[in-house]
Amino acid sequence: MLTYVARRLGVNVAVLLLISIGVFLLVRAAPGDPVRMMVNPEQLAAGGPDFIARKRAELGLDDPVVVRYFIWLRDALTGDLGYSFVSRRPVVAVLGERIGPTVLLMGTALLLGLLVAVPAGTLAAVRRNSAADYVSAVVGLAVISVPSFFLGIAAIYVFSLTLGWFPSSGMTTPGDGGGADVLAHLVLPAAILALSIAGPFMRYVRGGLIAELGADYIRTAEAKGAGPPRVLLRHALRNALIPLITIIMIYVPQLLAGAVALEQVFAWPGMGQLAISSIGQLDYPVVIGFALFIAVLVLLCNLAADVLYALADPRISLR
Amino acid sequence: MDEPLLTIEDLAVRFPTEDGLVKAVDGVFLDVRPGEVVGVVGESGSGKSVTAMSVLGLIKRPGRITRGRIAFRGRNLLELSPRALRAVRGSEIAMVFQDPMTALNPVVPVGRQIAEAVRLHRRGLGRGAVRDRVLALLASVGVPNPEARYRQFPHEYSGGMRQRAMIAMAMANEPALLIADEPTTALDVTIQAQVLDLLRSARERSGAAAILITHDLGVIAELADRVAVMYAGRVVETGDVHAVFDAPRHPYTRGLMASRPRLESSPGELVAIPGSPPSLLAPPSGCPFHPRCPIAGDREPCRTSRPEPASVGAGHTTACHFHEELA
Repeated sequence: MLTYVARRLGVNVAVLLLISIGVFLLVRAAPGDPVRMMVNPEQLAAGGPDFIARKRAELGLDDPVVVRYFIWLRDALTGDLGYSFVSRRPVVAVLGERIGPTVLLMGTALLLGLLVAVPAGTLAAVRRNSAADYVSAVVGLAVISVPSFFLGIAAIYVFSLTLGWFPSSGMTTPGDGGGADVLAHLVLPAAILALSIAGPFMRYVRGGLIAELGADYIRTAEAKGAGPPRVLLRHALRNALIPLITIIMIYVPQLLAGAVALEQVFAWPGMGQLAISSIGQLDYPVVIGFALFIAVLVLLCNLAADVLYALADPRISLR
Repeated sequence: MDEPLLTIEDLAVRFPTEDGLVKAVDGVFLDVRPGEVVGVVGESGSGKSVTAMSVLGLIKRPGRITRGRIAFRGRNLLELSPRALRAVRGSEIAMVFQDPMTALNPVVPVGRQIAEAVRLHRRGLGRGAVRDRVLALLASVGVPNPEARYRQFPHEYSGGMRQRAMIAMAMANEPALLIADEPTTALDVTIQAQVLDLLRSARERSGAAAILITHDLGVIAELADRVAVMYAGRVVETGDVHAVFDAPRHPYTRGLMASRPRLESSPGELVAIPGSPPSLLAPPSGCPFHPRCPIAGDREPCRTSRPEPASVGAGHTTACHFHEELA
């Protein structure tokens, strides 16, 4: 197991290097001149072309791409992803303060999504082709089909503006910021993000459970005299939930993408909001930092899926 | 003669399918007396397994028992509440299934699965006592090193060992009736004899009656006291094993006996019953065996009326219009 994890981490480092090259080149190929973005327009106008050229040299933008990549890589390995062109603060610090809110949003949504999907999927599987099954299928399909930013706007209209139950934007109320305050701000975006994953998760739980309920070992359990709750929970569900580990890990990037959109709608101060504004402002170092964060997240989730799968299913052993 | 332990009377089981209603079992009669081994033989789809599943109430929807009575120790199992039926399952009647590869839960250690069978019917038993019982059961079915095997998962067991574990599970509460549904079909030939031996000794130790479902006539001859031959959802011939095998009185039984490969027959000379088992969606009119029957010819009763079982000896019945011709 440990050797497996070590080897996979090694492979991941190689993948990460490739991704870093790709991201680095792509961002450099993007249109726009960072100097014009960074330096204030009056200085720019006063300085003329010479000033721009001097600034370019100062920022190392004139070096060959290969040189620039290795300089960037050397710094990156020491935890220095450069400075934001916009705020002039270290990229790591800028990203770091945004990770917390995003993880809070994603984690809550994942938890809520599972709390809805597992019971709903179980009910749909046990009562298949019943009204409950059809209703959950339709609702599930509906929340998959409607983009979450639209649901977000609708929810703000209904629950914030009309009913006034929850705040419409931000993570805290100025001057408050207690746990209850954050929770109130969290409810709408987390619930909508949760819905977007609960739909597909529910279908996976339903399908998996129907397959397991038809398995021979279920008949064995029944022949032993086990009652329906025991057969369902101890035998079928336990087996049906194992593949869900992989599904969840596959959905983490999608969850992040959903969070990016919803952070815009709800002005949630997370990484998504930062990423969108950084792209608009051509803040390359932050964009690269964000891209690398996603890459690391996806790679770690894949590794976690394998490890968790091996822990949950005794038939899998990692070598 | 002893009172029967189990009496199946006029059992009918139907499965609605897209193509129509399948009459998987259509009027089965079967008695099992205490301590007796009844072998049930027949081709695939003759209703052997469905009959066995019916006894334990394990027919899955949309399948349905539409007729009949299954009396066990004076109670009609078909009329028991789900709770009362669960108290019988695994306790008074236990079952061993065909494929031990899939009959065990893959993510639960084998010992715990056997322990579940013990605990479900002996609520008061403490942890240690249950564990001791399971270890003793594993040892009794010849699983070596029970302590270590207790914690292992099904995939760490070989096929034969899994079937041993299944037998241990079935014997956990010393059932009065053991139903074994093709218990050796999925096993290597070399293992089959071992498992049959084990089944025999486990049954003899406990004095349980048994229904042994198989399509292997040799197994029946070895283990069974009586035999019931099934065809198209009915028992077509039943009686003492020796009586039936020495002098079969139904053309289908004769066909089965003749189609057993023999050492003395020359290679390539396999005898088969012509035709194929009837569709249970649209069974043939009259005697369901008549299209394949060597003695029916074009005779009227075979084509138009379904033969009822007739007695042809002590406890020996056959459902054939012309069984006298086979005497």
